[in-house]
Amino acid sequence: MNLQLTEDGRLRHLLTLDGLPRAIIMQILDTAESFMDVGEREVKKVPLLRGKSIFNLFFEPSTRTRTTFEIAAKRLSADVVNLNIATSSQTKGEAILDTVDNLAAMHADMFIVRHSQSGAAHFIAQHVAPHISVVNAGDGRHAHPTQGLLDMFTIRRYKGEFHNLTVAIVGDVLHSRVARSQIHALTTLGVPEVRVIGPKTLLPTGVEQMGVKVFHDMEDGLAGCDVVIMLRLQNERMKGARLPSAQEYFKFFGLTPEKLALAKPDAIVMHPGPMNRGVEIASEVADGPQSVILPQVTYGIAVRMAVMAMLAGTGNA
Amino acid sequence: MHASLPDANTLIARLADAIAPTLTPDTLIVGIHTGGVWVAERLHGLLQCAQPLGTLDISFYRDDFSRIGLHPQVKPSNLPFDLEGRAILLVDDVLHTGRTVRAAMNELFDYGRPASIRLAVLVDRGGHELPIRPDFAGLTITVPDHQNINLSRLDDGHLTLTLA
Repeated sequence: MNLQLTEDGRLRHLLTLDGLPRAIIMQILDTAESFMDVGEREVKKVPLLRGKSIFNLFFEPSTRTRTTFEIAAKRLSADVVNLNIATSSQTKGEAILDTVDNLAAMHADMFIVRHSQSGAAHFIAQHVAPHISVVNAGDGRHAHPTQGLLDMFTIRRYKGEFHNLTVAIVGDVLHSRVARSQIHALTTLGVPEVRVIGPKTLLPTGVEQMGVKVFHDMEDGLAGCDVVIMLRLQNERMKGARLPSAQEYFKFFGLTPEKLALAKPDAIVMHPGPMNRGVEIASEVADGPQSVILPQVTYGIAVRMAVMAMLAGTGNA
Repeated sequence: MHASLPDANTLIARLADAIAPTLTPDTLIVGIHTGGVWVAERLHGLLQCAQPLGTLDISFYRDDFSRIGLHPQVKPSNLPFDLEGRAILLVDDVLHTGRTVRAAMNELFDYGRPASIRLAVLVDRGGHELPIRPDFAGLTITVPDHQNINLSRLDDGHLTLTLA
């Protein structure tokens, strides 16, 4: 049974892009497109979710994702409550469901969930009453579907189509929920060549089975790319045995103007943020003419509005 | 029943004749998706309006959203002008309950505060549920609730009214 869709195939929860039908992804992107102008109006709001209560349930810290969900909900006229719940070592499954039950008793209509454990949003979605929708805002290494969707929206805005693109995802794919969501969306949307580039220690074994080509060398991997997606290298990876040092990593896998020149001249550079300048990306590239990193943030609001509007429309059917 | 409805193009011409004497040069014509835009395009041409044509998709303002959800094909609203202090001629194909017009007015006010809004419809079919009446109507008839009047556009651009 697919928890994400209703019996008649409409969006019920958004938990992962793995298996989400192409038609639903396209509907989200098209709906987001029509929300794009709301931010430029005199009144930056539409009344769609008036009277709805949306709870941002963040068990793991986040600034950008939480803020853009909050802005998106407010532009839809929903009431937003932000809860940053520090995860202590005692936090167990039951405690999460207690929290959810209490918030449901306050008449929540939607939960936006971020958690360090893979499957947390899924777990909550299985538990909530039928009128409540759950959006996964990042769970462990598993998925970050709205980030994947806003990346697809960004690619479509700059490249128009998906069927003729070569897209490279560079860096720590192993620990990246963003990369997983991107790979699922890119393959569903028919991108003919999706590449992952990184050291062997940061690529999951068997990643080829997701329909990607594997490269361990930037020179080969970036050649002919239309889109270059850089992933954040988390500092704690350096402390383990996976990498020698930030300088060493930057030398081989950091995106510099010289390496970017190997991609197509009109290639765009993306990054889900927050960036480590001088580790995975050089400032000249991050701030350069091919970077679309700040537009990604703006588009994230329209995409999250689209997801919440579609869910709210389904939840009360 | 089909044959009893007048030709849409004749009605649009009639509508344009009624509007023409009242049209100020600064009036902005705004059509409501989808049928209202077709009628607004024709009126915009017939009235030789010098201002750009505006279009509204009221999907984000519908009062039945929580019952029927989001329309799968929302078209962007396009108001290529500042409507603060301007005279607006709002155009739709069929006036029925008045809820679409209410939603359209709510949306217009989120872009600014117009000086005035007047309503032109191709057909006023009765069945109003709100205190909204057209300033101009090409045709005023009474149609039973279970029937619908639809405006459709053929590939050659020809507009047709049907009763079903």
